[in-house]
Amino acid sequence: MQTLFRSLFKSRAEAIAFGIFILFIFVIFPLTMPIFRLNLVGKYLTYGFVGVGLVLLWGRCGVLSLGQGVFFGLGGYCMAMFLKLEASDPVTTAIQSTPGIPDFMDWNQLTELPWFWEPFKSLPFTIFAIFIVPGIIAFFIGWALFRRRVGGVYFSIITQAIALIFSLGIDGNQGYTGGRNGITDLRTLLGWDIRSDNAQFILYFVSATLLVLVAFSAKYIINTRLGRVLVAIRDREDRVRFSGYDVAMVRSFIFAFAAMVSGLGGAMFVLQVGFMSPSIVGIVPSIEMVIFTAVGGRLSVLGAIVGCLLVNYGKTTFSEDFPNLWLYLMGGTFIAVVMFFPNGLAGLADKIPMLKPYASKWLNRNKQEPAKAPNTPSSNPVSDEP
Amino acid sequence: MSHNNENILEIEDLGVSFDGFKAVDGFNFYLARNHIHVIIGPNGAGKTTVLDLICGKTNATSGSIKFHGKEMRGKREYRIVRAGIGRKFQNPSIYENLTVFENLELSHPTGRGVLGCLLFRRTAEILNQCNSVAEQIGLSDRLDTEAGILSHGQKQWLEIGMLLMQNPEVIMLDEPVAGMSVRERTATAELIRRIAKNRSVIVIEHDMEFVREIADRVTVMHLGKILSEGSMDKVSQDPKVIDVYIGH
Repeated sequence: MQTLFRSLFKSRAEAIAFGIFILFIFVIFPLTMPIFRLNLVGKYLTYGFVGVGLVLLWGRCGVLSLGQGVFFGLGGYCMAMFLKLEASDPVTTAIQSTPGIPDFMDWNQLTELPWFWEPFKSLPFTIFAIFIVPGIIAFFIGWALFRRRVGGVYFSIITQAIALIFSLGIDGNQGYTGGRNGITDLRTLLGWDIRSDNAQFILYFVSATLLVLVAFSAKYIINTRLGRVLVAIRDREDRVRFSGYDVAMVRSFIFAFAAMVSGLGGAMFVLQVGFMSPSIVGIVPSIEMVIFTAVGGRLSVLGAIVGCLLVNYGKTTFSEDFPNLWLYLMGGTFIAVVMFFPNGLAGLADKIPMLKPYASKWLNRNKQEPAKAPNTPSSNPVSDEP
Repeated sequence: MSHNNENILEIEDLGVSFDGFKAVDGFNFYLARNHIHVIIGPNGAGKTTVLDLICGKTNATSGSIKFHGKEMRGKREYRIVRAGIGRKFQNPSIYENLTVFENLELSHPTGRGVLGCLLFRRTAEILNQCNSVAEQIGLSDRLDTEAGILSHGQKQWLEIGMLLMQNPEVIMLDEPVAGMSVRERTATAELIRRIAKNRSVIVIEHDMEFVREIADRVTVMHLGKILSEGSMDKVSQDPKVIDVYIGH
């Protein structure tokens, strides 16, 4: 237990912060919020999965992906395909010209289920696919790019382009993907009505539990040697290579890990929101997720999750009242974060202990200062080279 | 075969050109076991490029680099490192945000794959090795210091220490005493002498006093080619060398 604790948290303060967070999402929110609001929190938490991935990928490893929405979307679409097939049984769809296939396929004159939809009739396969599809795709994109030493801005631009391609691809293939409308009208999971308040309540807890597990696994990675290698790659890529590590492999692995947890988030999103559409996987949501993470703190797992909650809360409350101002406000927040507190809210929280001496100095400012000790030369004899 | 046993690294006809400019041309180099082999030459002679070629940072356009008789040319950097060739850069290249101890530990060869990293545990053996290397490089009392705040000389030593952790058979040092004080220079010379007891070392250096102090053998480069090779005494009396380098 002790060793597990140590491999997750570096300090007591960190563990306490996590404890408070768990208290909020498992006790305070469910007790104080109506189910509608709780469902919204659940939706925000699913972005937290992407945030956790970005902390590892961007904060720790120094690779900024502007296409994490793709992986969120892949996981989400896998889930949505399963739910859609379950909602399209021949009895309910008897009115269609081809009963038993999803309604949008029927509208697009498809007469049989496309081959890649077939396996999504099985829930175990779907759960497997939610992890594996984003993971494998990310691994190969990562491998192809990192092997050729594509990094920095170029990597960001390419991932952004992938996000665009992915959302346009879904958009343009209405018969196979539901097109711009997305996959809607999802009802049951193995006969269990996911739209009921009761189901939403349970799904919130499932989602929150999975998020905490994902956060723990990310913290575990950060505190292993791999976590130190990530930071080393971010700061001194060449040295890591010449310490005998395969940098491209490490990066691809982290990219794949981030994609897998994003996919899980996407699946939980679909279960709680009840639909999936290209508007959730394209450039704008991908960048928004980066902003959530930046505001919360890209170095901190907990910070990123809290960032997702806060920014989305702000988005919901502000955009209800000032729909036009919201985008400017969010852009402004992002710029402020980059310029003034690059490590986000979590970075500010870390600074609190450092303020202590100033605070006590300020409190004691009227007391007499003790006589100054004679200034000792502090120059290091070893470093006397000009 | 006896030839192979004597020389750990055999470089023949190595060359690289950048857009037609031949930075290194027809370079032959034999590194003997447990020798300190210094490469000197004026700026732009191609010394650092030679190290880049050996360690895989730059791909050679011709020639061969044989380590224990095995071709290294064209292999990726981490494979060359894992084969047993370590390199120190000209500017101290260390992990500034990690402590001295973490810097050394990260360089230890166990668990360099992704899975190995995840399962890596700090064993007593690794701990001992970190401590003994720290002692060799004179940083025993700085193990918990963040590497970024070390002095320039200490950073250079730390990077050498990181190489020692890897326990390579060939160590390449690019200007290890640049920017060091006289005292640090002497300490570094001793350190290099000590580490060369059971491995071979290639050093690039400008400081002739320092070269005289450590070199078993010297290669002088000029304009990408070898100008002269031999003992320090022989080389420093070579008229060609005096003409292009030492005489200036």
